[in-house]
Amino acid sequence: MPSLKDLKLRIESVKSTRKITKAMQMVAAAKLRRAQEAAEEARPYAERFNAVMAGLAASVGGSDSAPKLLSGTGKDDVHLLVVMTAERGLCGGFNSNIARLARQKIEELKTKGKTVKILTVGKKGRDALKRDHASLFVGHVDLSEVKRLGYADAQGIARKILDRFDAGEFDVATIFYSKFVNVVTQIPTAQQVIPAAFEAADGEEAGASTLYDYEPGEEEILADLLPRGVATQVFSALLENGASEQGARMSAMDNATRNAGEMIDKLTIQYNRSRQAVITNELIEIISGAEAL
Amino acid sequence: MADTMQFDLVSPERSLASFQVNAVQIPGADGDMTAMPGHTPVITTLRPGVLKAEGPDGAKEYVVSGGFAEINATGLSVLAEKAIPLNEMTRAHLDELIADARAKHESAKETFKNEPGPVDDAAKLLADMVALGDHIAL
Repeated sequence: MPSLKDLKLRIESVKSTRKITKAMQMVAAAKLRRAQEAAEEARPYAERFNAVMAGLAASVGGSDSAPKLLSGTGKDDVHLLVVMTAERGLCGGFNSNIARLARQKIEELKTKGKTVKILTVGKKGRDALKRDHASLFVGHVDLSEVKRLGYADAQGIARKILDRFDAGEFDVATIFYSKFVNVVTQIPTAQQVIPAAFEAADGEEAGASTLYDYEPGEEEILADLLPRGVATQVFSALLENGASEQGARMSAMDNATRNAGEMIDKLTIQYNRSRQAVITNELIEIISGAEAL
Repeated sequence: MADTMQFDLVSPERSLASFQVNAVQIPGADGDMTAMPGHTPVITTLRPGVLKAEGPDGAKEYVVSGGFAEINATGLSVLAEKAIPLNEMTRAHLDELIADARAKHESAKETFKNEPGPVDDAAKLLADMVALGDHIAL
């Protein structure tokens, strides 16, 4: 049985923890709003881009001269996994969910006898994967200094991926990130970026139905756009990840705040009971002392 | 035929403009062109330059640093890598763009020593950037 003083200290400490988690929750909520806005503002670009690319890919994709970024190298022996996670922890299962998905994929590829290379974005993913797969690492991108994600950051990451592709270091690249659904749901997602896979445009816009003139030629445009496509995909993944991280942190901190509240209630009851027990004891001592006289 | 069409200018980070226009001058990679309502569907890449959108309420100008434009009969979308309204353009912005292009040129020279293609492209990009600076007279 802890003493009254211990209990009191304990309650105080849980109270200050609650204050911190509450503050983190509110900060996350504010950041989440900003991250969601950023993701929303980036959406028109990505959507149009994909629509145009889908149209182009459909018309050029079949030919033998299609760029390697679209048609692939013809092999799928070496896989590059780009694992994007947060720079900070305390956001529930966010980082570990992405890491788990990546780990599953690594195992799956390994059993198929493929070579796996890992490029991590964000410190937490690196830490999580380093333990088992340190030998597979080919690089790491640190975004901890970045205050506000910009397209330039995505371009930097895309550059790293493309340089390796041009050097023939891998055949297939997949990015891992978390798709933001809402504050409580984020879905870890694996998305193949090289060779490029564009979702066909929806029925109503059906890019293929309009015949476009291309200036310069289709293939030049495609060669120009494919690297941008990688950057665009990385950028939207980064933004989704940013929103997911804040969402996950917000709900994790909400839980923590609530747990702290419950704990305080429990401890307070315990504290009151022990206080009463002490008083009762003292009374018994006084009374029995008086009776003995 | 309608005398206006929908014009959208989007960059990866945000949507910059979306309004009705009569005509848009685009700095296409193969030369400038003006798109008006009812234009043949065209997809063209852009070189760095000034994009001028003439709407019923006057003209608006933007500096774009490359990207591509999708033109069809009813509208025009420009997907620019970087776009800045002309009146917000400053020397600092331009210097940044030029420095960027110069760095690309240098790295192209390094990586593609024996292939003139990419080096020429990068040199052209750099020249375009400098010409852009002269054009808007900063």
